[in-house]
Amino acid sequence: MAFRPEHEIYRRRFSRNLGVGLVLVAFVALVFALTVVKVTRGDTMHSNDIPDGTVAIVPQEPTE
Amino acid sequence: MADIRSFENTPEAGFGDFVQLLKPRVMSLVVFTALVGLLVAPNSLHPVEAFAAILFIALGAGASGSLNMWWDADIDVIMRRTQSRPVPSGMVTAGEALAVGLALSGISVVMLWLSTNALAAGLLAFTIFFYAVVYSMWLKRSTPQNIVIGGAAGAFPPMIGWVAATGSISVEAVLMFMLIFMWTPPHFWALALFMKEDYHAAGVPMLTVTHGRKSTRKHILVYTILLVPFALATAFTSIGGPVYLAVSLLLNAEFLRGAWRIWRRDEAQAEADKYSVEKSVFRFSLIYLFLHFGALLVEVALKPYGLGGW
Repeated sequence: MAFRPEHEIYRRRFSRNLGVGLVLVAFVALVFALTVVKVTRGDTMHSNDIPDGTVAIVPQEPTE
Repeated sequence: MADIRSFENTPEAGFGDFVQLLKPRVMSLVVFTALVGLLVAPNSLHPVEAFAAILFIALGAGASGSLNMWWDADIDVIMRRTQSRPVPSGMVTAGEALAVGLALSGISVVMLWLSTNALAAGLLAFTIFFYAVVYSMWLKRSTPQNIVIGGAAGAFPPMIGWVAATGSISVEAVLMFMLIFMWTPPHFWALALFMKEDYHAAGVPMLTVTHGRKSTRKHILVYTILLVPFALATAFTSIGGPVYLAVSLLLNAEFLRGAWRIWRRDEAQAEADKYSVEKSVFRFSLIYLFLHFGALLVEVALKPYGLGGW
């Protein structure tokens, strides 16, 4: 049993598919790098919303 | 079999055609101004965050370019300058341009938010909305002031870069915005003076078409005069300094001289030398913007050595 020969449309689309594939791999790598940076710094993922990024994760002492 | 064979003679868009949808030349200007905005800010981001911020600001600009190509496909076919764009040339369908624009808008705004902060992401979302809806859909074809208001979209990137780093808007960010905002009208009107047939044929109400070329020359001079105080004021903020002031004084003097020369000429003179003054002012306006932002970079680069700034 033989496979049908590949339609030439797939050959024409190869550059596009390769490009999209590489972009997706680069995107995954960037998200991973961002995650490593943010997690190792103990960021709250708020970054500059809060002047001191540690405020949100440090439990506040109840004030009298 | 007939349905499969129908693919055979249709042009197949390559990856590069989709990249062209994002207007890479405009993106390179966005990358440069956003990078300057981010680097001159008083606090710095981690390099990975800074890279992500610039990437997603540029991607957002690209997304709005794609939305613009979807909406303007009908006039891009008419204008010689834009006929080779992917949609008018038939490589990419208008629907695909819309899909790419919408998808990249969402991705860029969310990713800028996650990598920096909500205000920067909000400004990026507003910029995309402003360029695609306010400028492309509404003002471009209805008012000769289209360039003035549309220029705001191009003016946001350095402000977004600044906000990505600092989390807030300041006088420096506003002045960088104003520099590009006030620079855009004389820059584009100089172009419109020597690309006249294009806009006319497409029915875009450029100032040259609606108010005539004499009035356009006056507008170029007036807007250039209004631009000067904003360009010079930046020198006296925290991001300015003597280098910037010196560069800015020279550039503004030359730009004013060019605007003055454009104003003094009439059409007969311009036709006679094939718009040489208009063309040279247009080219100089690009250098003008590039060197202003370059001077800001020089100031920040000199700071570690005790130079730069006042």
